[in-house]
Order: sequence, then C-alpha cells, then structure tokens
Amino acid sequence: MNFKKRSLILWIPLAAYLVFLALASLGLNRDQQTVVQSRMIGKPVPPLDLPAAASSRPTLSTKEMADGKPRLLNIFASWCVPCIAEAPVLMQLAQQGVPIDGVAIRDARADVDNFLTRHGNPYQRIGLDERSALQFYMGSSGVPETFVVDGKGVIRYQHIGVIGPQDVEMILEKLREAQS
Amino acid sequence: MIAEAGLAALWLAATLAGLQLLLAWAAVAQGNAQAARFIRPLAVAQGALAGLAMVALIILFLISDMSVYLVAANSHSMKPFIYKFAGAWGNHEGSMLLWIAVMSVAGAAVALFERSLDRATHFATLGAQAAISLGFYAFLLLASNPFQRLNPPAAEGQGLNPLLQDPGLAFHPPTLYFGYVGLSVAFSFAVGALLTRQVNARFARAIRPWVLGAWVLLTFGIAAGSYWAYYELGWGGWWFWDPVENASLMPWLAATALLHSASVLAARDALRAWTIMLAVVAFAMSMIGTFLVRSGILTSVHAFAVDPTRGSFILILLGLYIGGALALFAMRVHTVNEGARFDPLSREALLVVNNLLLCVILGLVLIGTLYPLLTEMLGQSVSVGPPYFNAVIGPVTLVLMAALVVGPLLRWRRDEPKAAIWRTAPAILAGLLTLVAVLVFADRPVGWLPLFGLVMAAAVAVASIAPLWKRNLLRTPLFTYGMVLAHLGCAVSLAGMASETAFSSERLAAAAPGDSFEISGYTVTLDQVRPFAGPNWTAMEAVLLIHRDGKLIGTARPQARYFTDPPTPTNESVQLTRWNGQLYLVLGEALENGRWQLRIWWKPFVTLIWGGAGLIALGGVLALIGRVRRERKQARKAASVDAPLGHPQEALA
Amino acid sequence: MRRLVILLLLATTPDPALAQTALPPAPYANRQLEDPALEAKATALMHTIRCLTCQSQSIADSDASMAADLRSIIRERIAAGEDPEAIRAWLIERYGDWISYKPTADPILWPLWAAPVLLLGAGGALAYGRMRRRKGGQA
Repeated sequence: MNFKKRSLILWIPLAAYLVFLALASLGLNRDQQTVVQSRMIGKPVPPLDLPAAASSRPTLSTKEMADGKPRLLNIFASWCVPCIAEAPVLMQLAQQGVPIDGVAIRDARADVDNFLTRHGNPYQRIGLDERSALQFYMGSSGVPETFVVDGKGVIRYQHIGVIGPQDVEMILEKLREAQS
Repeated sequence: MIAEAGLAALWLAATLAGLQLLLAWAAVAQGNAQAARFIRPLAVAQGALAGLAMVALIILFLISDMSVYLVAANSHSMKPFIYKFAGAWGNHEGSMLLWIAVMSVAGAAVALFERSLDRATHFATLGAQAAISLGFYAFLLLASNPFQRLNPPAAEGQGLNPLLQDPGLAFHPPTLYFGYVGLSVAFSFAVGALLTRQVNARFARAIRPWVLGAWVLLTFGIAAGSYWAYYELGWGGWWFWDPVENASLMPWLAATALLHSASVLAARDALRAWTIMLAVVAFAMSMIGTFLVRSGILTSVHAFAVDPTRGSFILILLGLYIGGALALFAMRVHTVNEGARFDPLSREALLVVNNLLLCVILGLVLIGTLYPLLTEMLGQSVSVGPPYFNAVIGPVTLVLMAALVVGPLLRWRRDEPKAAIWRTAPAILAGLLTLVAVLVFADRPVGWLPLFGLVMAAAVAVASIAPLWKRNLLRTPLFTYGMVLAHLGCAVSLAGMASETAFSSERLAAAAPGDSFEISGYTVTLDQVRPFAGPNWTAMEAVLLIHRDGKLIGTARPQARYFTDPPTPTNESVQLTRWNGQLYLVLGEALENGRWQLRIWWKPFVTLIWGGAGLIALGGVLALIGRVRRERKQARKAASVDAPLGHPQEALA
Repeated sequence: MRRLVILLLLATTPDPALAQTALPPAPYANRQLEDPALEAKATALMHTIRCLTCQSQSIADSDASMAADLRSIIRERIAAGEDPEAIRAWLIERYGDWISYKPTADPILWPLWAAPVLLLGAGGALAYGRMRRRKGGQA
C-alpha cells in the first residue's frame, strides 16, 4: 500500500507539467488582449466640468450629457497622430446626426483650434483635460478612445483606438442599442 | 556557396544525430557492441558539423552577403565589425543555430572527455543528447532556416535597431544560451542514468562540472542583465519581476538546487531520485523560459514580432522531452533506491532544506508569472508584480539564508546539537549585533524584510568564512574556496539589496542652471544644459557638479537623447560610484521657464548587489576548476590501481 | 534578457504616436510632497500601480505622460489625506484588478496567495516523510 501511494506521488510532477502544457497551448492560441477595458460600462459618466478646449465650442460638463439622447464622447488630442485618421469618420457620423462631444487630452487651446481647422470639427462641445483626469475617471487608457453614452448619462460602450470607416455601422448600432 | 555549405552541414549533422540516437538505442537496449563503437565518433562529427554551420553563418554576416535573407533583414554593410559578428545570433534563427551548435559541441565534449561513467550510461546519455539535438535541428530546418536565400539579393541590409548596438547586449544572450546548454547536458545524463538505472555518485560527479559551468554562466548573465536594466532604464530599479526576467531566473534557481543535491549525491550517495528530478526540472525551466520569451505569450504588447508557429514548435519539443523524461522518472525511479541514510541534524538534511526552499521559490516565480495568463483564460485580467513576489519570496529567501548559515557548518551524516550551536554562535552573534546596530543607528524606520535581510547578510557572511577556520589555507582544496566565495557572495548581494531597499534617498527637482540640491550629504549643482549630437541621435546634456563637504568630487553629464530613426527618446543616466554606494543622476523633460526635471538618487551599497553576484560566479569557477582537477587526479589513481570496482556494463565493449 | 531590455525601453519611452504632448507634466508628476511621510506613502502606492500605456512597469518607473498624470493625482490625493488603499480601490473600480501590481483579495486570486503556504507545506511533508522513514530504519 505504501508502495502504491508512493508511486502515485511520482506521477504528480508529470501531471503538473501537463497542466502547464495545456495552459501554454491555450494561451498561445488565444487572442491576446493588449488593451485594458474600462470597468465603467453600465455606470453613469462621472460628473466633471471641463473648460472649453476650442474657441468655437462651449465648455463640457458631463452632467449635461444626460439630455435624453444617446451620444458619443470622443477622447482626442491635437498631438495624437491616429486622431487625424479618425477625424473624417467622426465628421461623417456628425453629418448623419450623431451628437458628439469631445475631450482634448493634455492639450492647449491654440493647438486644438488649429487641429479643428485642419481636420474638421464634428463636436458639439469640447472640454479641455490638461491632466488626463477624465480618462482616469472613465477608465480610459489611451487616445483616441470613444464612449457611447445613453440618454440617462450612463456609459454603454467603450471603443478603444481609432474609429475606422469599417466601424461606423457598429457604432451606429451601439447608439441604437443605447436608445432603448 | 557558403550558405549552401552551412545548410548542408546542418542537414548532415541532423542525420548523424538521428543515427547516433538509433545506435545508442541498439547499444543500450539490445546490447549491440558493434553499434556501440560508432556512437562516440558520431557525436564528435555531429558537433563538428553543427559548429561549422554556425561558423558559416558568422562568415555570411561578416562579409554582408545580402543574398541571404537573414543577413539582409538583420545586418547592414556599414555596421561596425563587432555588431556584424554579434548580429549572427542577434535574431531568432541565428540564436537557435548558436544554441544547437553549442549543444552539439557540448555533446562531442561529453563523448570525448567523460570518463567516470560506465559505458552503458555514457551511451544512453549520448543517445538522449542526440534526441534533444534532433528536435532542435528539426525546428531550425523546418521552421526557421537561417540560410534562406533572398532572390534577388537585397542592395543593402535593413540594419539593427540602434538601441541594440551595445556590447553588453551582443554577448548577453549567448551567455544565457551556453548556460541552458549546460543544463541540457545534465538532463541527458539524468535520462541516461535513469535508463540504465545507474543513479549513483559517479553519475553525480559526471554532471557536476556541467551544472557548475551552466550555473556560473546563468549567474553572470542574470547579474549583467540586471545591471543593464538598472542603468539603462533611468529610474533606479534593478529587478522588476518582469516575465522575461523571471524566465531567466527560474533555470538559475533549479540549477542552484541541482548543484547542491548533486554534491550530496557525489559525496554521500544520497538524494538519488531527487537529483534526477532536479536535472529534469532545470532543463525544463530553461526550455520553458525560452518558450515564454520566444512565443510572446506573456510579454504581449510592445516589443517583438510574435510568432505562434515558433511558439507551438518549442511547446511540442517541450512536451516531448520534458513530458517524456517525467514519465520515465515516474516509471523508473522506484527502482532507484534511496541511497545512504542521514540524520535530521546533518549537512545532508540542511541541503535538503536548501533544495526544498529553492524549489518553493522556483514554484512561486513560475506560478506568479503564469497566473495572469490563467486568469485571463477565465476572463479576468490581473497583474502579479513586485508587491506579490517581494512579499512571498522575500521571507522564504530569508529562511533559505538561515539554512545557509547553519548548513556548511554541520558534519555529514549526523551532528551533535550542542557542538553545532557552538559552531554557529559567531554567525548568530554577528546577526544580532547587526540587528541592534540597524535599530539604533538607522535614520529612518526600516521595513522588516530589509532589516532581516541585513541581519541574515551579516550572519551568512560570518558563517560562510567559518569553514576556513583553523584550516591550513594552503592545503584547503580549491572547491572549498569556491564554496566559501559563493556563499560570501550571497551575503554581499543580499546586503546590497537590503541596503538599497531600506536606505535609498530620492530627490526629484525642477532645476534651473545654478540651482543646487542636497541629497545624503552630496550637493548636486546644475551647471548648464546644452545640446549634444551623437552619430544617430541628438541630445540635451546636463552638466552636474557634485560636491561633498565643499569639495568638488565629480562632474556628471546625464543626457536626454532623441534617436532619429525610429524617433525614440531615451535617458542616459549617470552613476557616480563611491565606495559606499552610487549617486544615480537622470535628466528628464524640459519644464517651463528654462527649468529641467532632474531625478537624483543616493543608493547606499547598491553596487554590492552585482559585486556579490560576481563573487558567486567566481566561487563557481573556482569550484569547477577544483572539481575537475580532483576528478582527473582520482581517475589517474583509479587507473593505476587497476580499477577495483569493475564497471557493471563493461561487457558491452 | 535582451528582450527584456527592448521591452522595457519601449515601455518607458512613450509611444510616439500616442503620448507626445507639448504640455509640461502635471504639478506633482515629478515633484515630491513636502512631508516625507506622505511622500513615502505616495511612492509606495505608485510602485504598485501598473502603467496603462506601457503595460510592463509601475507608474513610478515610467516616462509616459499618463503615468506622470496619475503620479500627480496620487500625490495630490495623498496630500489631501486620502488613504492609499482607497485610491487603489478607486482605480480598480475603473480599470479592474489589472491596474494593481499588488494582487487584491479577489477570490480569483486566493490560489495565488495560498501558493506559498501550499508549496511550503508540500515541501515540509516531503522532507518530514523522508527523515522519519530514515529514523524508522530500513537497514
């Protein structure tokens, strides 16, 4: 009996090793998550008052976002190169009647003005966030990023990275979902 | 032509490895004496061919043959000679070729120089070595051919990232590979010994030089990597518990345990099964480490071109070799008897404690490294970082150090508790004195981990020298000096870590030219900030004047560099080394009103961390030389006394 | 280790496409608090918060702008008397356990915290079994 027990123990290393192999092969074939998802989905937008980032648009108070209509909250910056690629897509969405609010991260008013002149201005309001505060409140981890906020001011969806032409349908669908 | 010759050599070597495996099987399992005669020559020829292939690749890099894909992708004709040379293994294919070449040359060395094993085990070992090589040859030839031609040839190579053009980086990876190869040889010996059921002191003596050599290289490689990260990253950290660091630490921990258990087996013929297990684990860890780094399974985002095919290939090899060896272990090891007996108070017992604690640390590093992967599978992202590793590994390491105080002072087999206490008394006293000294003189509260780190460092330092007490120093064998030095190195390194953790001072400043800052008795004055141009970068350079007691003791010029292609900002920190520590100076970003951000640290005795590691490696070298010499002497003696112990499988020949 | 270094280099240096900004860093990003006790608290916390844009370092060791902004927020909140663990909880609420290098008490992490105890226990049992067998004497 003692002998039997011992020989079972001897198989433990192999068993542990097989667990490792299984984990490794699963891990190898997974889609690697390279971004951190916000945990704020389903929660209200944190109340923040941001000064105006552009001469031509009013300040952004996130409390005002709960006006009964779903809208996009786009995090961008004049220094952000991918944001330039995103700009025409946002313009297209704005032309289709989607309300978009913007937050310029670590930016300066003159630079934002310049950026909007060159790449278009799809925003209704633009808040200036000199120290990424809104990003930390929203659980955002980079620029650009876009949140879908429903009419009650609740965050419904987070899109990390550039919204490309291929994402427009999906974003519109998310906005429709937020309507209900 | 050279590329084709290299490829041909590689195919031929792979064929020979296959043949070597077959013949070894015939010799060991079938007792075929005819086959046995060819095994050693085959191993030597295989080593020569693989070595030749590596030489061919190096030549291709040196002559910048841009018709070879690997050269065009990783080199540039204007690169300095040394980086062309090192460029041969500064990429995936080349590094795998280097690995297999060194492994085959090591196999040839085993065939030529191994004398202490019986013939059957020797052949079984060479067979196992051929089996491992075969897998690596397949990997190279099927999945990552380094001699792939490019048609039409490239006009010019794509060069190497300027950040990688650092002498340290050029020779750092081979150091680790050589260490891994040493462990693969130990693994082959273990498999060979299991196959022939000859797990005994002779087996331990055969693997010891390989384990020692591998361990020295790994020690050196880890310490060098740590220092590199310390000065290059510009935030003063020297160990981050990053998955890639952990990947290099795990084989070292296993090798350290193996080294000690092999000593018990060689000296006392105990811990047979355990030593076999550790030899398997040590090689497994070097393969697992390589897998974790190469597959990109953990170090996700930035950095490397991740290639799941390569990862899968390494994983399959891992499954075959380590899985096979563990299964063999489970089936065979009960036929290996336990070996000599010993008391709970004996040097053997303390070495068992050492082994267990090292394995616990190893297990914790492995679990902590893989845990985020596991939870990600379950749908939750977590981070396991320094707070976890320090909290769980710190205390276990302190207990390990306590074992290190007592162990070397005990006798083999059994010891008297009273005598043992008297022998360890000076070390315990040194520890207590340190405890009181730190509590009385420290200028700030000291965390209990660094506090006991300092206490154990003092105790280990005293205890490590104790084996030399009352001995004739001229007649003390070299390997005893090796042990003393290595253990002393542990104390030195631990003292450095504890001191840096407990007593570092930090000063962050927004400085305008002319401003001065006090830190731990030093006055750092920003004299000026000026532009500076390098070959492929521009920089802002701060000129810092450092005074102590009103005397100028040095000028430091940290830089904030901007590499142009690709545009990459880096910090060039400056370390001003004093006997009792380093002043670590970094120039940060430009602030408003002509001010610059300066980061200044005083890190007392931080250099001891790497100094201690150097002592450990040096101790390993002395032990290696001492052991090899002793073995040779004994082999000669045995030959002249006409081999009193007949080799059990002698009939084979 | 070479790979480590590349990784860390890339990690410390802000992604050129994502994190360049003309603005100077936030007030307490690189400035210590006056009170050494508070600064020590803040530093200890910063060393356990993972950098969002570099992914392989704590915010205390990173040049990334977001890390700098978070350092400033942490220092300001600590100076305002907030408890470090409350700040950690605030961040976890937004980013999940991922942001904390110090594993939390979440049930999914219990096995991780149990690991040292289990490993030491298993090792102890193994050694104890052997010693006893020897004392029992099979010679």
